Amino acid sequence: MKPKTPLLLKRLSVISLSLVLVLLIAMFLGISMGSTTSGIKMVFQSLFKARESDPMLDTIIWQIRFPRVLLATLVGAALSLGGLVFQALLRNPLAEPYILGISGGSAIGAIIGILIGFSRFPGVSLMAFSGSIAILLLILVMSSGQTILKKDALLLSGVMVNAFCAAVIMFLVSMTQDSRLHNIIFWLMGDLSMVDIGHVGILAAILCPCFILIFWFSNSMNLLLMGKETAQTLGVNIKSVTVILLVTTSFMVSATVSYCGLVGFVGLVVPHLFRLVFGPDHRVLVPACVLGGGAYLVSCDILARVLPKQGEMPAGVITAMIGAPLFIFLLKKTRR
Amino acid sequence: MAIDVKNLNYYYGDFPALKNLTFSVTTGGFFIIIGPNGSGKTTLMKVMAGILKSQFDQLKILDRPMDQYSRKALARTIAFVPQMIPVDFPFTVTEIVLMGRSPYLGMLGIEQEKDLKIATQALAFTDVEHLAHRKLNQLSGGEQQRVFVAKAICQEPEIILLDEPTASLDLAHQVRLMDLMEKLKHERGITVVMVSHDVNLAAMYGDRLLLLNKGEMVRLGSPKEVLTFQTLEHVYGCTLLVDENPLGKTPRVTPVPGKYMT
Repeated sequence: MKPKTPLLLKRLSVISLSLVLVLLIAMFLGISMGSTTSGIKMVFQSLFKARESDPMLDTIIWQIRFPRVLLATLVGAALSLGGLVFQALLRNPLAEPYILGISGGSAIGAIIGILIGFSRFPGVSLMAFSGSIAILLLILVMSSGQTILKKDALLLSGVMVNAFCAAVIMFLVSMTQDSRLHNIIFWLMGDLSMVDIGHVGILAAILCPCFILIFWFSNSMNLLLMGKETAQTLGVNIKSVTVILLVTTSFMVSATVSYCGLVGFVGLVVPHLFRLVFGPDHRVLVPACVLGGGAYLVSCDILARVLPKQGEMPAGVITAMIGAPLFIFLLKKTRR
Repeated sequence: MAIDVKNLNYYYGDFPALKNLTFSVTTGGFFIIIGPNGSGKTTLMKVMAGILKSQFDQLKILDRPMDQYSRKALARTIAFVPQMIPVDFPFTVTEIVLMGRSPYLGMLGIEQEKDLKIATQALAFTDVEHLAHRKLNQLSGGEQQRVFVAKAICQEPEIILLDEPTASLDLAHQVRLMDLMEKLKHERGITVVMVSHDVNLAAMYGDRLLLLNKGEMVRLGSPKEVLTFQTLEHVYGCTLLVDENPLGKTPRVTPVPGKYMT
């Protein structure tokens, strides 16, 4: 008798395929929309080389919009996944790299890196990584000794860490009158515009192994949600799983911060949405957050480009405007 | 022997939580650990569950030293039901119970038909089959406790450890849970080891009791041997009345109000 395909695999493939479709649609829209309004038909023609098309449009599409859309996809995926992992490890549905201050820590590291004059990769990225690890350790020390992190204490400390990071960032910015800081404020709010395809390639090479590693531990995250002791008696090596996941996630988040600054709340909105639709099984949520998180940030970036009458705004403005109210709603709901 | 403990010591830093314990739990027995707050009951339970590490040769599970077991092998031998587990995430009862299969599955824990069948049987055994598709956080404390027992049964263990499973349950749910353990012991031959604050339930269900005080073993034996007023008054530091339970021949302990020796 032929063994049946396990239920989980069926579910996983259906969900992944539909989200791939959503992501492709979002990416296509992202490529077609912008300040130069070009008909969707023309973009199609350019994409698939259907006929000799406008070289100007080709340049806009392949050298400006395409890398940008890819960057948004990668960053959205990484941040959503980051939120998901932190929520599982801290057993707190409101945890998120930005809210906890991890992104802020990376930003300080990144700015110091920029001021020293490092290149984006590996210098600035490594500085951002050290910043995020420092904040992570701070959070872990502050919350040590408690088996279940008190929700409010954790969130409050995150708010304070964030305020402190913002102050340090402004301090650094005000102390230097450097042309390098020309774009820093814009960058801080989560700017996806300053990339070329080479950068996107490097970021993809950093992030994709992280995605796979986190998926490998997705069932362990399910078990960890049952409490450390139960997870341990079910055969999970909780120490190594926790350390691997925390370091991988911080690494992922700091890589995105060093390329496009602080894009907040993505890691809150996307995992919550998918948990609502697909349930809390991380084996489904990890791929869903990668694909759907990508689609979400691409969509936010489209809004950021289309809404302003002139020029554009950072995508972080849109994500915060959607995410912050949701956070308040969830906080009220989970308090009960 | 299901569990063999020999000269077991456990320290939290410099503080000795368990002092030189030696006892064994017979296979297929119902073994209950009692004692006042801070006597080391939960610590002992965690050492037996492999959550806290014991030293070489102090602890044998099924005649094999603890440290010869891999994590997964241990999870297939011993199932642990902790005190209340707060689950903030909306897992369904079936999802929780299936987690008990993970010691038998690969890293991603992909369940086969067979695992689903075992989970359904476990849910039926603990009488929560009708809740299979409900979310865990919508259930009452008693129902949740039975779901976690079903998860433990799914591990197909030789030994099940429970840390104060009746602590937050009402009377009906307390008896129901204890009866369930009794059934587990009789029908599946699983060794039941439990920490309990409730001496009367311990007297009615346990076939061997271990009384701990300040990390030391005070008495080990049948409920009648352990639950005498001399021993209990000394350990708990209050006046107690011990007579016979009208339902059977087990001791019954009643605390006397206003009389404690501190």
